[in-house]
Amino acid sequence: MNILEADSERLLMAVRSLLERKGIVSTTEVMERMASTDAASAGQGARMVAKAWVDPAYRARMLEDGTKAAEELGIVMRGMPPLGVLESTPAVHNLVVCTLCSCYPRAVLGYPPFWYKSASFRARAVRDPRELLASEWKTVVPDEVKVRVVDSTADYRWMVLPVRPAGTDGWDEDRLAGIVREGDMIGVTVPAV
Amino acid sequence: MFSAGETVRVKDEWPEAAGPVHIRTPWYVRGQRGEVVRCLGEFANPEDLAFARPAEKRPLYHVRFRKGAIWPEAKPDDELLVEIFGHWLEPAAGERP
Repeated sequence: MNILEADSERLLMAVRSLLERKGIVSTTEVMERMASTDAASAGQGARMVAKAWVDPAYRARMLEDGTKAAEELGIVMRGMPPLGVLESTPAVHNLVVCTLCSCYPRAVLGYPPFWYKSASFRARAVRDPRELLASEWKTVVPDEVKVRVVDSTADYRWMVLPVRPAGTDGWDEDRLAGIVREGDMIGVTVPAV
Repeated sequence: MFSAGETVRVKDEWPEAAGPVHIRTPWYVRGQRGEVVRCLGEFANPEDLAFARPAEKRPLYHVRFRKGAIWPEAKPDDELLVEIFGHWLEPAAGERP
């Protein structure tokens, strides 16, 4: 049988029932993964960032173990690669790239933006990140701030905890989460009010 | 095993030249000196995993490189942080990272 010509619905059913019969993956697990994939978006990461901005104890736990910190907020991380969180500070700006493919923390940021997978972004991010950020995103990293490019080459997935912007004193978590964008957690932009 | 702060060198090896491989060590760090930031844990060796061979667990390190040593455009103090498996690293004590 040519697998390319098979009825895809029937093929899927056959593979799923085989996985179940062999005890590899249960229907419940498949449904759970479908639900978590549907729920995955940058809004999840934004909730983590906002909580870290208002709760120093959570921030410490998040930097220690991103996976556990995500689970604390009800984000399903089972079966996902470990999540690491990179803290940007007034002295260090983090930028995440995957030069070898397109590794991305999907559980907390959703599907990667199209440019994240482009050969151009991947090459320029490691070679000349300051020029890349300034010309494509108008993000100018001051000379006195160190740029740290994190090449996601293996088993971890990385997200950036950006610096909380000025002018947000007294804001609650929901309001703060509303200003955190996908690019802020990759490091191509910084949160602004 | 390497410890945090240790100076290491990424092996200057190019198995690509010999045949099909799956390697998670970027070309631009091969032969370069860096500093171990920390061990991230042990993970199945992707070089075997990709070919469905039995894959033993290998330590994975976060290694910091001075960008200025690798790219001419870089500000010298900027840095690269890369996940590299232990079997791609060799000690480079006494050398500056």
